[in-house]
Amino acid sequence: MTPLLKVEGVTKRYGARLGCGDVSFDLWPGEVMGIVGESGSGKSTLLSCLAGHLAPDAGRVIFDTRAEGPRDVLALSEPERRMLARTDWAFVHQNPRDGLRMGVSAGGNVGERLMAVGARHYGDIRETAIDWLGRVEIAADRVDDRPRAFSGGMQQRLQIARNLVTGPRLVFMDEPTGGLDVSVQARLLDLLRGLVRQMGLSAVIVTHDLAVVRLLADRLMVMKGGHVVESGLTDQVLDDPQHGYTQLLVSSVLQV
Amino acid sequence: MIEIRDLSKSFVLHNQGSAVIPVMAGASLSVARGECVALVGNSGAGKSTLMRMIYGNYLAQDGAIRVGDLDVAQAEPRQILALRRHVLGYVSQFLRVVPRVPTLDVVAEPVLAAGGSTEAGLDRARDLLARLNIPERLWSLSPTTFSGGEQQRVNIARGFAHDFPALLLDEPTASLDATNRAVVLDLIREAKTRGAAILGIFHDAEAREAVCDREVDVTAFTPARAA
Repeated sequence: MTPLLKVEGVTKRYGARLGCGDVSFDLWPGEVMGIVGESGSGKSTLLSCLAGHLAPDAGRVIFDTRAEGPRDVLALSEPERRMLARTDWAFVHQNPRDGLRMGVSAGGNVGERLMAVGARHYGDIRETAIDWLGRVEIAADRVDDRPRAFSGGMQQRLQIARNLVTGPRLVFMDEPTGGLDVSVQARLLDLLRGLVRQMGLSAVIVTHDLAVVRLLADRLMVMKGGHVVESGLTDQVLDDPQHGYTQLLVSSVLQV
Repeated sequence: MIEIRDLSKSFVLHNQGSAVIPVMAGASLSVARGECVALVGNSGAGKSTLMRMIYGNYLAQDGAIRVGDLDVAQAEPRQILALRRHVLGYVSQFLRVVPRVPTLDVVAEPVLAAGGSTEAGLDRARDLLARLNIPERLWSLSPTTFSGGEQQRVNIARGFAHDFPALLLDEPTASLDATNRAVVLDLIREAKTRGAAILGIFHDAEAREAVCDREVDVTAFTPARAA
């Protein structure tokens, strides 16, 4: 078995400031990796580098593509990378407005990704879109409404449906449950866990919510000042943290 | 099945003057298939710590923890994940689940994680919940709202849902009434019969007598305190 994603020494600088430095890890099929750290620790920079939104200054990101086996994502041509982003990859933004087309209906948002990979039959596309809206618990009668008419939690679920409809193998998520109230958050977590298991998804999730990573992530990386200070099994890192910063992070969580 | 050699562990508290607290040294024990071994010792002696190290929840400083073919002390995270899915089960004292997930799904999950079908998982879950006297009307509710004893029984059902070849039990009979305790003891006996290696913490001496083949006193593994 080969890793789905192999990250080697990814470094990104903003002028003299370090975004993220020398990050390496392997992600295996079906694994969910959490990345935690305070804001400014380089989590989102790293995620953007991995997803090809940002060009790192050094390092390699090797993805095991369906057709051609392991390829360096950073060396792909722009059209190749776009194709990858539409088929094997998905990116769930923290703010659903960044991941949705706000002027297009909910069904259109889901259908667009299908059309991007070649679906042409209107009836099929609509049917698939309604099926996916159902899976993320959006009623079928809302299929023609625009996302603007949706609540924040519904928008986030719509974004997830739009991203997963093409059956990606790797999902990048930037604070997927940030800004949602806890009851919606719980339902979203359950939904994501079910999808990860049913579809065999791998995912990289950036968050600052330790409770979310405990429930969702198999493995955890802790970042501080652009560097990974600790990594391991999620429950091991949270229950027996080795680095001073992780110990501080874990002991700072308020108990409910 | 479970084989521990010269295991040691200390906690370093970086934010509290870098205090180093040694909690275990030279721990060795083994559990064969079909055997149930009880960890005994006073509270704070390191029983739960040892269990958590076997499960890969705590890191070991030194020594070896062999479960099946894998040395947990040296293994990669994904190897430990696979071990937990297929080989090693753990019933902790506390239930930790995604809120709002029905009890039936919570209990069935280990079966699905090990590659079983949804049908098989749900059948097994119904069977176990009924045996552990969780009323059927509660099955579709999330266990987060249940009483302490009910939560513990759900946790036990979950732990026994998949037929793990090795099991860690952290006080499986605490806070249970006599009827349910008998059910749990039966489950442990059945697991032994099918060849599972079981390591448990039982404060309840009667339960220990009933199912355990021998005892290991962890006080022997407690490092001498430099007072």
